[in-house]
Amino acid sequence: MLIERKWKKWLYFYLPMAAFIVFTLFPFYWMAVTAFRPDSELYATWRQPNAAPLWTLQPTLEHFYGLMKTTAFPTWLWNTMAIAIVSTGISLICGTFAGYALARLRFRGSEFLGTAIFITYLVPQTLLFIPLADIVRDLQLGNTPWALMLTYPTFLIPFCTWLLMGYFKTIPKELEECARIDGATRFGAMVRIIFPVAIPGILSAGIFAFTLSWNEFIYALIFMSSADQKTVPVGVVSELIRGDIFFWGQLMMGALLGSVPVALVYSFFVEYYVTGLTGSVKG
Amino acid sequence: MGGGRAGQDLHLSAEQVRVSRLTRLLESEKALAAALLAPGVAILVLFIAYPFVMALWYSLTSIRVGEAGEFVGVANFTKAMNDSIFQQAFRNTVFYTFWATVFKLALGMWLALLLNRHFRLKRIVRASMLLPFIIPTVLSAFAWRWMFDPTFSVMNWGLYHAGMITDRLPFLSSGDWAMWCAVLVNTWRGMPFFAITLLAGLQTISPDLHEAAALDGANAWHRFWHVTWPLLLPVTLVVVVFSVIQTFSDFQLIYVLTGGGPANSTHLIATYAYQIGVGSGLLGEGAALSLFMFPVLFAVVWVQLRFLKRMDNA
Repeated sequence: MLIERKWKKWLYFYLPMAAFIVFTLFPFYWMAVTAFRPDSELYATWRQPNAAPLWTLQPTLEHFYGLMKTTAFPTWLWNTMAIAIVSTGISLICGTFAGYALARLRFRGSEFLGTAIFITYLVPQTLLFIPLADIVRDLQLGNTPWALMLTYPTFLIPFCTWLLMGYFKTIPKELEECARIDGATRFGAMVRIIFPVAIPGILSAGIFAFTLSWNEFIYALIFMSSADQKTVPVGVVSELIRGDIFFWGQLMMGALLGSVPVALVYSFFVEYYVTGLTGSVKG
Repeated sequence: MGGGRAGQDLHLSAEQVRVSRLTRLLESEKALAAALLAPGVAILVLFIAYPFVMALWYSLTSIRVGEAGEFVGVANFTKAMNDSIFQQAFRNTVFYTFWATVFKLALGMWLALLLNRHFRLKRIVRASMLLPFIIPTVLSAFAWRWMFDPTFSVMNWGLYHAGMITDRLPFLSSGDWAMWCAVLVNTWRGMPFFAITLLAGLQTISPDLHEAAALDGANAWHRFWHVTWPLLLPVTLVVVVFSVIQTFSDFQLIYVLTGGGPANSTHLIATYAYQIGVGSGLLGEGAALSLFMFPVLFAVVWVQLRFLKRMDNA
């Protein structure tokens, strides 16, 4: 380690670190404070004397009850959860299989397919939403959770495939070969020997995919029309702004409650998430 | 395992025959590969390749909601190019992508260098730094919108009481300010992605290199510029490519923060395509507008692929 003077450490480390922490976390703090602040405090102008906007003097649950009474918030939460879980599951199955095939099996066109899947990885949702809305409608999927459960894998499968392909390549080939010599079929060796070894990689891909589906917005906005089918982000956007009026207390309460599940999942699996994140950009 | 034993049994049930045939078929690498790739490829073809072809077709027709329309050639594209709002949206998208990427890279690199040191609570700090990237963008963008509120902005309150302003700042109500606000929020959201990925790259750099450079008399800046930066360049390039694609095609942040306003000053290609295609129901024109993103995205992906190939060969 290089030796540093104390004031230098403050100037070059603690100070910028503190600034980064405040910059990163303040919006969440502000979201939480607003969610528990009564309307009378909420709508006090910025220059009013005695205003104490950084905390609240009378915390209240009125926005929570308001949200539950006037909207289908628990249903949105449930929809988002179900859609995220199912689309992650589908993507993991497809991605694990495809990743294994591309990493381990020799067949014609494997390089082309690998590149093609990588390219679909980089196709943004905003490029295709207009024709996709028609396809979803033609398949009779409009306004049903399946519209999202089947379209979210379009951006999750490429990522899972790519990540797991890299992971499978790090598993020594000998492991499979031993199992094959002991009489395992190719399929059996894959499922019973390789997949269990790849569980950390699969978990990383799954956590990352889960957060991506929770975050998705434009497909959910376009494919879901009735209030009881919406996901949290769409519900908050479309039901908590009536006309020109923003219900800030309820909006922030909804944002807070919609963030907690995904933050919880993330906090349990931070290391796996980070592996997924850094692996997502590696070749 | 089952295949071998089933073969020795002379009295095979129809079920067993089917199973053993399937097992034998899956012993062929080609057949197994086809079976494993089929589900994923089916979804990608149905929901990416097919809509892409449809988008191309739509963009050449006058289709609108409830009306099949007819072939119009490149009329939608020429109309877009002469549309002053679209021109502005295109410029905005380039501006937004450029500045947000510059800030994300600079701040992300700085944060990664800070996080690469040893300090107490490092794990929890690193974990919380990723929160903006985890929390759904729509929800956090609302928190920012509320912080930018013209009347109740906490930032105006803070700056006023710190004596730095005498009148409130316009934030989202002025065109120039709104664009920079959007860049700020995008930077806030994307910076952790840069920081954590670059941190992973930093951790692969041996501290010996820095010690050696320090012994040779290199100061901190020289050590960064001549040791760290060249070694991080491959990771940096890949992260920048991903970020450019995400930022260039961004929709949700602007949709929530400004809705494209005031006076179209923050419209991006995606938000404008949404307004035309979904808002006005002009599917053909909307599809054409979306496709204007394609050449840029294609160029970026091409660079990425070239680069990956070079790394493979190296």
